[in-house]
Amino acid sequence: MLKIGVPSKGRLMEKTFDWFGARGVAMARTGNEREYSGAVQGVEGVELVLLSAGEIPRELAAGRIHLGVTGSDLVRDKLADWDKQVAELSALGFGHADLIIAVPDAWIDVDTLDDLDAAAGAFRAAHGLRLRIATKYHRLVREFLTTHGVADYQLVDSQGATEGTVKNLTAEAVADITSTGETLRANHLKILSDGLIHQSQATLYAARAADWAEAGAVLHRLAKQLGLVVPEGL
Amino acid sequence: MTTKPAIRAEAARLYAAFLAAGAAPVEADILLPADTMLDLYGEDIRARAYVTHDPLRGEMMLRPDFTVPVVQAHMAHGADPARYAYMGEVFRKQDHLGNRASEYLQVGFEVFDRAAPEAADAEVFALFCQCLQGLPLRAVTGDIGILMAAVRGLDTTARRKAALLRHIWRPKRFRALLDRFAGRATMPPARAQLLEKLAKGSPAALIAEAAPLIGLRSEAEIAARAAALIEDASAKPIAATEAAMLYDLLSLQAPARAALDHLRGNAPLLPAIEPAVTRFAARLDALDGRGVDTATLAFEASLGRTTMEYYDGFTFAFVGPADLPPVASGGRYDALTAVLGQGKSIPAVGGIIRPNLVAALKGAA
Repeated sequence: MLKIGVPSKGRLMEKTFDWFGARGVAMARTGNEREYSGAVQGVEGVELVLLSAGEIPRELAAGRIHLGVTGSDLVRDKLADWDKQVAELSALGFGHADLIIAVPDAWIDVDTLDDLDAAAGAFRAAHGLRLRIATKYHRLVREFLTTHGVADYQLVDSQGATEGTVKNLTAEAVADITSTGETLRANHLKILSDGLIHQSQATLYAARAADWAEAGAVLHRLAKQLGLVVPEGL
Repeated sequence: MTTKPAIRAEAARLYAAFLAAGAAPVEADILLPADTMLDLYGEDIRARAYVTHDPLRGEMMLRPDFTVPVVQAHMAHGADPARYAYMGEVFRKQDHLGNRASEYLQVGFEVFDRAAPEAADAEVFALFCQCLQGLPLRAVTGDIGILMAAVRGLDTTARRKAALLRHIWRPKRFRALLDRFAGRATMPPARAQLLEKLAKGSPAALIAEAAPLIGLRSEAEIAARAAALIEDASAKPIAATEAAMLYDLLSLQAPARAALDHLRGNAPLLPAIEPAVTRFAARLDALDGRGVDTATLAFEASLGRTTMEYYDGFTFAFVGPADLPPVASGGRYDALTAVLGQGKSIPAVGGIIRPNLVAALKGAA
């Protein structure tokens, strides 16, 4: 049996079902609408596992599911050396969102990471604390800022309503996902011109650590049906 | 596979050698308050150290290195001068799959001495050479003090010098700043637009026009940075000869004596580096005196430029196989003692050896 993890609710689930459906693999939830169980038709030997999108990277890394659909932002943030733990089978073309760094619109002197770094240095000198950036994407943001040599900042955890943290004085800047930028604008925030950290979209991943002894054959059948190439090493 | 007893025996041998060299034994807690480390190393340390939460003491960290606790202990109640040796586990998160240990022993030797810093540099390096003798290692030395002196001696604004010094341990950003200050990089379009607007209106007016001001960073702070940008825009680029000298220094790699000759030749272009070059020469003489062949000793002017160390003078490393971290490394960190000393400071130089790598090399031999 090949286990495929799919987001358990919302647009991400619907779009995933649509994507597989358009390629002859019918996925559906079964039971009543509150029950998290599903079925797959069109390819023998595939079991549908409905999971929170945020947990799919972890389940892939542990090899408890063979395939999984989730945002590339989540995989890259939650998994160290993500490309050694999972293989990308296909980007799915929906769930687009950009992980960006944004600062208050009123910061007329800040447009680039270079400006942010200089502002952070002055901010620390004036306030005695490192400039706070609210985010839930700790690994991606830290790696990005380290690569670009930004100093005197700290990450503060924000699991929701991140755009409100500046007004609430719990952060000076934010690093969050945005698709249209409307929430940022409504909260008087602007995106740094070189502050794009990652362009995320829903992606189908294979778990390198999963047991492929029996599932391997199913993967090749499924990949053929979906018109995908099986990555090396699986 | 090197066994733990073999590694511990190697550590004990090195520790005994350090004690025999006149060091006093020093112990440090394994569980350290996280705030000092975070203040010093910033967010980078969070990616490398195990941080945990204590219900009463707040954020705590598993000892990522000995430098900070040893300096703190010395500043609080150390003799002056002092030599210390320590041996114990350090803990480093590894963010990449592979065989790098996340828990390993370090054995270290540190000298806190106000007299004759070059002699202390040579003493530490010679001791490490002696402890690692016979192993297939390449010794490399450096001197961040020369680079810092060069920056301080530039004919440019105090603000530009401060910006370069702030990033001396971040080579990429340092380079970007230098490119901009030397007129080699173009101004970002948004900066040009802002300067144009600032020429016509006040920062206060521009801020009011942009959006409601939210957050802790005040209008005065924004206006101060705007003023700094205006000042910077009118500053002339760093002269081509001085910039060339800095670029040359960043990439300087040569045998130590040849590097000294090269720097002496360049010193007239940037006289401010002369005292640092004189110290470099004194260190080489001291090394010669201890039997180190400085005619062949490798020198790299940028060795040790990393935010996890904060070296500001002599640096050294003993490098083995390319896929492993240096078997030993160290350097001078005078400025760090000032940051941790709450007003006090003392010249300090030292280094660590990783006994697990020494034992592995001996096992393979």
